[in-house]
Amino acid sequence: MQQTCLYTVTVFTDDQVGLLNQVSIVFTRRRQNIESLSASPTSIPGVSKFTFTCWSTLRMMEQVVKQIEKRVGVLKAFLHTDDDIVYQNIALYKVPTRSLVDNHVVEKILRRHNARILEITEAYTVIEKTGHNDETRALFEELMQYGLTQYVRSGRVAVTKDAAEHFTAFLEEQRRLEQSQADAAANSNDN
Amino acid sequence: MNERITGAEVLMRGLVAEGVDRVFGYPGGAIMPVYDKLFDFTSSITHILTRHEQGAIHAAQGYARVSGRTGVVIVTSGPGATNVVTGLTDAMLDSTPLVVITGQVSVSALGTDAFQETDMIGLAQPITKWAIQIQRPEDIAPALAQAFYVASTGRPGPVVLDLTKDAQLGLTSWQYTPCRFVRGYLPKPVLDMEQVRAAADMINAARRPMILAGQGVALSNAEQLLISLAEKADIPVACTLLGLSAIPSGHPLFAGMLGMHGNVAPNYNTNRADLLIAVGMRFDDRVTGDTTRYATQAKILHIDIDASEFDKNIRTDARVHADASEALSALMPLVDKAEHSSWRRSFARHAAAEQSRVVAAAVNPPESEPLLNMHQVVHCVSEHAPEGAILVTDVGQNQMASARNFRFSHPKSIVTSGALGTMGFGLPAAIGAKMGAPNRTVCLFTGDGGFQMTLQELGTIMQYGTDVKIVILNNNFLGNVRQWQSLFFKNRFSQTPMLNPDFIALARAYAIEGEDVESRNELIPAVERMFAHHGAYILNVNIDPAAMIFPMTPPGESVDTIMLNQNEYY
Repeated sequence: MQQTCLYTVTVFTDDQVGLLNQVSIVFTRRRQNIESLSASPTSIPGVSKFTFTCWSTLRMMEQVVKQIEKRVGVLKAFLHTDDDIVYQNIALYKVPTRSLVDNHVVEKILRRHNARILEITEAYTVIEKTGHNDETRALFEELMQYGLTQYVRSGRVAVTKDAAEHFTAFLEEQRRLEQSQADAAANSNDN
Repeated sequence: MNERITGAEVLMRGLVAEGVDRVFGYPGGAIMPVYDKLFDFTSSITHILTRHEQGAIHAAQGYARVSGRTGVVIVTSGPGATNVVTGLTDAMLDSTPLVVITGQVSVSALGTDAFQETDMIGLAQPITKWAIQIQRPEDIAPALAQAFYVASTGRPGPVVLDLTKDAQLGLTSWQYTPCRFVRGYLPKPVLDMEQVRAAADMINAARRPMILAGQGVALSNAEQLLISLAEKADIPVACTLLGLSAIPSGHPLFAGMLGMHGNVAPNYNTNRADLLIAVGMRFDDRVTGDTTRYATQAKILHIDIDASEFDKNIRTDARVHADASEALSALMPLVDKAEHSSWRRSFARHAAAEQSRVVAAAVNPPESEPLLNMHQVVHCVSEHAPEGAILVTDVGQNQMASARNFRFSHPKSIVTSGALGTMGFGLPAAIGAKMGAPNRTVCLFTGDGGFQMTLQELGTIMQYGTDVKIVILNNNFLGNVRQWQSLFFKNRFSQTPMLNPDFIALARAYAIEGEDVESRNELIPAVERMFAHHGAYILNVNIDPAAMIFPMTPPGESVDTIMLNQNEYY
């Protein structure tokens, strides 16, 4: 059996209804549990990006990526390990204000975890922390002592460490292909 | 340019622009605007009204498989749409190009559980190459163009266009541009000559090479190239079920069919070969058996247009990512002329052993044997069939018996549900096949079980006078399940015996001629009458329910573990 590790799959798609479903069912059909997911527009108009994380084997994830790429509307999919990417999650924590104040821990927590406060009311305080899973988890565990009432963590966002921008290059190649097809069509119409 | 037409008319004009002259379908509420417009287009588009939507899509599959064209299906929403789900899955797995147009309720009713509303896109996404809902009339033309492009290029497959009533009824202007490019969709990989050279080196170094030909050969019209390459390098060619007829059955390099009920020589030699050259095939589990004991001595060279097939089921040593035709053309000049006579003789030896130990007695049983068996029936029909006949099968023993015993002389001569194994596929697929190849004889073998799953399509045959020759291999059992019950479930025949109707009386109700065949001396004259008859004909052949399909690789066993009968292994 191959070793499992946490893989990050990034998928660039046309910005169309239904594509997230098409991509996620590729995981589902193979009983791969999606650990986290984030979906958002990209800097390129009309292109969306999904970032999945999944504990799996390399062999399985290679299959998943190839199957994702077959879907019409998917532009390109990439498989990464944590070494290839710079990544972050964001986590929000809701804690009773009285508990924090009474224990005089606000400053200590904010400093140690490099976290910040988003909102304070008499009833509750909302703290924000960005970081890797283990870091957001560490703050979660600490705040549990102070009566944490809500905790939520986002999916991963990631950018590649590679100096080459493979997706940008892919899009340029696609534009060139489209143009050459259009030229060929125009020529065949002329003849 | 200012002419305003309905979306339904855009669809009709678009179909004509794509060269479609035949569609299969069934009308209903949410697709009525399309059917109303079809009424104005009957001079350019022939609509085949089947008796069930499943019949329509299987007929379109049969049509596409023999003609190389894209099959077109039109059905309504809700039950019309869900009734094509089996055919969509079948076409997806067997790489058949289809454009399936489903009606859909009005945009305002979407998601309200309206009458005959179903989430067809949600249903279709996992079982189609592409599925899209169209809400505006101006989106029909580009979607239709993309549908034909996606369905027919690359590895072909089915596409669903879910047409809301708003799109059908709304007005727009007519403009149609065929699709030649979809961003991110790369149907034709750029041939990598490094891969081709490496492949040629492997072939030239091999001493015991075998070609595994799949349907990709037929899909890229590479049959002649395959034969030329095999002849040049003297390589035996084994075919998958869907690859059959890529090389004529009588060709000296034809090594037989692969798989669970394939021929002994190619299955046995899979584990003796030093190179397997897989062309447009995907190492299905019915071909490989236990993958850990597959191709034990061989390197594997995989030629396929679909990169996701590489290393999916079997680890390969080299790959050529291209369609079969392009890859074989590029390989041809780089492959040395060779001779592998002793390797080739080993195939002949195994084939002779299979012939004497299995086939001879099945095809030509002793006179004392009172009951007919399916092998001798198929053999007899094949011997009497006109040159270039197309074999259509249902699923089960009839499929394996006919694939094993039918002899192919022309390419694109088999229509069968390979990957999905859809019982009930045969009859409607045969109707479509005849319409796709009207000048060829279409010969269907089906069982009493599968025939009854879609026998309502006898009505389609009656209405259109479709000339299909139908052979029901009738053992009053679900024979293939019975065989497994007999071999692996201690003869406990759970829910496999069937009480059947009088099939010939049934045929007569549809004005189709036919006859019962009970014994061997009735068989030949009946087959002769069937082929002499102009029009559809049904032979209801009563066969021995205890007869089984051998050879057989038991499920989970290695490819060269081959049962010759209940008691004997090869």
